[in-house]
Amino acid sequence: MSPINSPAELEEFRKGIRSQRDLNKPCITLCSGSACHATGSREVAASIEEEIKKQGLSAEVDVRKTGCHGFCERGPIIVIHPEEICYFQIKPEDVPEIVSRTIREKQVIERLLYTDPDTGAKIIHESEIPFYKNQERLVFGSNGSIDPKCIDDYLAIGGYAALAKALAGMTPVQVIEEVKKSNLRGRGGGGFPAGRKWEGSRNAPDEIKYVIVNADEGDPGAYMDRSLLEGNPHAVLEGLIIGAYAIGSHEGYVYVRQEYPLAVENVNIAIKQAEAYGLLGQNILGSGFDFTVKVHKGAGAFVSGESTALMTALEGRVGEPRPKYIRSNIKGLWGKPSVLNNVETWANVPLIINKGADWFTQFGTDGSKGTKIFSLVGKITNTGLVEVPMGMTLKDIIYDIGGGIPGGKKFKAVQTGGPSGGCLPEELLDLKVGFDELTRAGSMMGSGGMIVMDEDTCMVDVARYFIEFLTDESCGKCVPCREGLRQMLEKLTNITEGKGKEGDIELLEEISEVAKEASLCALGTSAPNPFLSTVRYFRDEYEAHIKEKRCPALSCKELISYHIDTAKCQACMICLRKCPADAVDGGKKKIHIIDQEKCTKCGTCFEVCPSSFNAVKKISGEAVPPPIPEEERMIIRKSKAQ
Amino acid sequence: MDTARIDQIIDEHQGEGSSLIQVLLAIQSENHWLPKEALERVSQKLQVPLVRIQHVATFYKAFSLVPKGRHEIHICMGTACHVRGAMRVLETVQDLTGIKPGETDLDLKFSLETVNCLGCCALGPVMEIDGKTHGKMAPGESADVLKNYE
Repeated sequence: MSPINSPAELEEFRKGIRSQRDLNKPCITLCSGSACHATGSREVAASIEEEIKKQGLSAEVDVRKTGCHGFCERGPIIVIHPEEICYFQIKPEDVPEIVSRTIREKQVIERLLYTDPDTGAKIIHESEIPFYKNQERLVFGSNGSIDPKCIDDYLAIGGYAALAKALAGMTPVQVIEEVKKSNLRGRGGGGFPAGRKWEGSRNAPDEIKYVIVNADEGDPGAYMDRSLLEGNPHAVLEGLIIGAYAIGSHEGYVYVRQEYPLAVENVNIAIKQAEAYGLLGQNILGSGFDFTVKVHKGAGAFVSGESTALMTALEGRVGEPRPKYIRSNIKGLWGKPSVLNNVETWANVPLIINKGADWFTQFGTDGSKGTKIFSLVGKITNTGLVEVPMGMTLKDIIYDIGGGIPGGKKFKAVQTGGPSGGCLPEELLDLKVGFDELTRAGSMMGSGGMIVMDEDTCMVDVARYFIEFLTDESCGKCVPCREGLRQMLEKLTNITEGKGKEGDIELLEEISEVAKEASLCALGTSAPNPFLSTVRYFRDEYEAHIKEKRCPALSCKELISYHIDTAKCQACMICLRKCPADAVDGGKKKIHIIDQEKCTKCGTCFEVCPSSFNAVKKISGEAVPPPIPEEERMIIRKSKAQ
Repeated sequence: MDTARIDQIIDEHQGEGSSLIQVLLAIQSENHWLPKEALERVSQKLQVPLVRIQHVATFYKAFSLVPKGRHEIHICMGTACHVRGAMRVLETVQDLTGIKPGETDLDLKFSLETVNCLGCCALGPVMEIDGKTHGKMAPGESADVLKNYE
């Protein structure tokens, strides 16, 4: 491949790719993101290839392994083009039937379709499924239709047109103005306006400048950046090159966690391909602009996702933050002006350049424009990645897209913003998601984790969980974060173990204030949020733990007990056999009893007890009923006795 | 791990001090842990003081300064898995293997680690052994899974 030398040549080349593609040719696209790999999409892919060969269809059918489609709950997903028939939860054994019936005979296989849980109707097309129908997939939408390892796929859907437009028709200042006008705010956590950050770097006097992709996505329960980088790496690169052009940088980095091997692989392939096509390297598209990108793997430290810490990590040192008297867009990597944005922010840039800021700003609220990808997880029916316009209410996201809470349970809270975010209760479900709206409610946007919790989740335990996470990840450089979090963790652990004392809540609030005011970086200043938001909305749960030694959600292990209701137990032996601690005593026709001394409270008996008996009980704040006398434990079945 | 291979890895990264983390990651991924001799060699070749290498190697989670077991168990403690009961899975696995997160048993059979999100939240709670994902774990199931490893 010889490099493409001008925007006109790029368009010519694009036309060539498109003309070779027959849109009516059957094409099976299969989700091959990490989440689907975990559900077995590799095996499905192998069996599709084998079956197509076996049925002699290799020349007539294309197979495309795409990035994440977002609907992880129902993976592996395949979509058959051009009819766009969508099948879910495919197993290798389904493949022969799909090839012979759907590909050859053009028939739909009902049992593999999505079933609407409300109406029971079968839905054929992705766009009609409620999970997808209510989304606005501007950034994430292409993931399902392109092979991330194939630059031609990206070019076929109009890729790198924004880069050509910027290089040929816009000055760097015009690019920055357009991004400023779009009011694109950083999708990684802070929500700082990208255009202003870029302008600062552009105006800094240094000759050498850097641009960086932050793909050190560390929030537990959030994986949208991974899916974007795995599924559409060229969109991120295109945004990065445009940004580099705008600020006058000639060197860029992608800092990606080593825990994301597929993302590392795909972005490396994308860089090689872009170099071969003349979209990276010297004299890009004949414009005279030079730019190269390197991939740097992160070795696993949550705090290294913080901008200044990430830059120190890039220098090969320990990724600890530094005070930001001077922002990193003025003095960053190697002391040079450095613009750092996360994966999703960069991926928004080509859209803004292509379609204009006016188009972009029609989505969203006053302060938050465009869309946001959320990772909707936890106690939710449709786990997955969802992209919605800013300003959609939490309720619409959780119920219309997410399908509500599974198992007939009651919604309790939704946690947004990662470990530094907060938990929002049912009263706030009508809240519109946006940077400022979430911050006002005591949470934050963060990078887009959205964890749904039901009545079985203990809010004190959730606070303890996040503080434990942050204590572990605190780099230890400043005292309020290092010592404050440790003290908070001790108090919260005590409360969940029933050792809480009067005054603990007030002390926790006081420590929170100090950590918020005096910590060095955003990890410390936002660390108390999980506690502050739960105590703000769920104070009664804290009080129940402290005063009554009771966990209302029946979750805290030290405060609950399991026992078997003797009137309901049918001596079926299931819990007795399954108990990993051998704590269930009983036998055939002998009512089972849990030995409280041996019980590890793992809950296995509670889960395996048949729902028609419902004999295992979980209690908190009350004493376990005394066991019945030995002679009353034998069950005499009347029908047999007679 | 022999010195020649370590030198090769260092050369692949142009032998610059700034590529220290990348070099250590490459050694870790091939050898599964960082022996002292390897760190000394890296220190010598990259002209980075050993104390700084120690600092880096103990700061980042990806590195291990002790040998790992034949099977590496990763239990996801991400928020989605946590609210679905990951703690109970972890406790069961701890009881069955006799080791805590960060430890390796004396037979070098299992190493146990907790991780903060494997990004397959639809399957939570998730346990990963040697790269294979086991989803929708409950204490009972995790015990069954462990039996398959020798």
